[in-house]
Amino acid sequence: MTNRRTFRRVRSNVMVGLMVLAVVLALLPLVLILVNLVIKGATSLSWDFFTALPAPVGESGGGVVNAIVGTLIIVGMASLMGLPIGILAGIYCAEYPSSRLAWVTRFVADVLNGTPSIVVGVFAWAWIVATQKHFSALAGSAALALLMIPMVLRTTEEMIRLVPNSLREAALALGYPRWRTSLMIVVRTTLPGIVTGSLLAVSRVAGETAPLLFTALGSQYLVTSINKPMAALPLTVFTYATGPFEQWHAYAWAAALVLILMVFVLSLGAWIAMRRSSHG
Amino acid sequence: MADPVIRIETDRLTAMYGKFTAVKSVSLSFARNRVHALIGPSGCGKSTYLRTLNRMHELSEGGWITGRVLLDGDDIYAPRVNAMRLRRKVGMVFQKPTPFPAMSIFDNVAAGLRVDGNAGTLRGRALHQAVERALVQAALWDEVKDRLRQSPMTLSGGQQQRLCLARTIAPEPEVILLDEPTASLDPKGTQRIEELLFDLKQEFTIVMVTHNLQQAARVSDTTTFFYLGTMIESGPTRRMFTAPEQEQTEAYITGRFG
Repeated sequence: MTNRRTFRRVRSNVMVGLMVLAVVLALLPLVLILVNLVIKGATSLSWDFFTALPAPVGESGGGVVNAIVGTLIIVGMASLMGLPIGILAGIYCAEYPSSRLAWVTRFVADVLNGTPSIVVGVFAWAWIVATQKHFSALAGSAALALLMIPMVLRTTEEMIRLVPNSLREAALALGYPRWRTSLMIVVRTTLPGIVTGSLLAVSRVAGETAPLLFTALGSQYLVTSINKPMAALPLTVFTYATGPFEQWHAYAWAAALVLILMVFVLSLGAWIAMRRSSHG
Repeated sequence: MADPVIRIETDRLTAMYGKFTAVKSVSLSFARNRVHALIGPSGCGKSTYLRTLNRMHELSEGGWITGRVLLDGDDIYAPRVNAMRLRRKVGMVFQKPTPFPAMSIFDNVAAGLRVDGNAGTLRGRALHQAVERALVQAALWDEVKDRLRQSPMTLSGGQQQRLCLARTIAPEPEVILLDEPTASLDPKGTQRIEELLFDLKQEFTIVMVTHNLQQAARVSDTTTFFYLGTMIESGPTRRMFTAPEQEQTEAYITGRFG
């Protein structure tokens, strides 16, 4: 009796130990990246870094304000385009799962999800840049939006699928029309999940470099017109990291750190907003 | 007892799922201000039958019917009838409590009063009074009056089911359909719901599906026995449980099958 109990306890502890090990292994690269970023990037952070334009080649100092503002504009516009489409399409696919349109949408979304982001960039280039004959922030946003749509669509759909059918029936039995049931009951119930999925998509595309290379292109100046080439943090990281100067390398680290901080602040803000609304 | 007024009746009602017949040609009538119990073994079609009475059956995969269902003499399947409006007159409570988790207790009860969006619905004081009245009728008011803004998920299972009952009766339907309303509740919660039915039938007509024969015997005025999609026998509850006419009914209520 005692033997068997000891064996069970040992086996349980071994399993728990393995799981803890897996968690540590999963977290380790993340922590290493963060620590590395802070060590190599924090020293370059200064007031100038956030407020000044890049210094001309060969001069020291300067900042990346153009890239920070550019990322905010490009990702913001991409979210305005991509999130509503992705969320509404996800709701449709989840609420009418057996319709042919939902099947096609799901298939296209899966294909798009697996498409390398640079291909999406090429598409945006051919679609907007080539026809307008100039690079623009708008083209970059369109490329990012195209990347967001399938991600948001699928997470929204998965979240809504988790809503038990009995909840829909309860609303329908109260005399709710189908569309109000979807919006007022089903979407309201899954709102935290949809917001989380959207944030994840925003964070993912905020770091995308490839689709911006031949759409938004990058710029040395503080640009706010969406019809002109615009800087973005990932592009700055790319240019500085592959450049020949020591200071550029340091700035690349700092720009990457700023990018991560922006995503972090965004997630934190949404998390606080969600908590506040759910505790009304 | 004076001859009771018929509130809802079915005329040779057949309910199908695609090609499968779940309910075969059932003609039945339900008098107002009574509790009617539908009994029978699992899969006998009693729940499907219940769901034809508020047109929820047609929302199921492949659900369709033949025959007629009359509410106060009017066919609810007539082309000009709006199913959404009908469901506001024929409310329904389900087996598992289904409070809307993202809404407060108050908003749950008010949900049925707000189906039309903002147009023509109650507001402010009138809305508050309607919610309070429904919660009092569902015997839940005293337990939740100080926490109306809280989530319904903090309530016990029995309280959640009474909340669903309050939500159903708030828009003042004419008929209430109960689909095994106490199947997921403990004995205490079950007793609360059963006691409520005596008060609720003063105002509403109640049709209840139940697996629990004692429950049917305790709370209902009439009982109908379903078996394999067919209505075998229907009558006053006391007679059904003491002197059933059909052999199958007797076999079922004495526990020989089902």
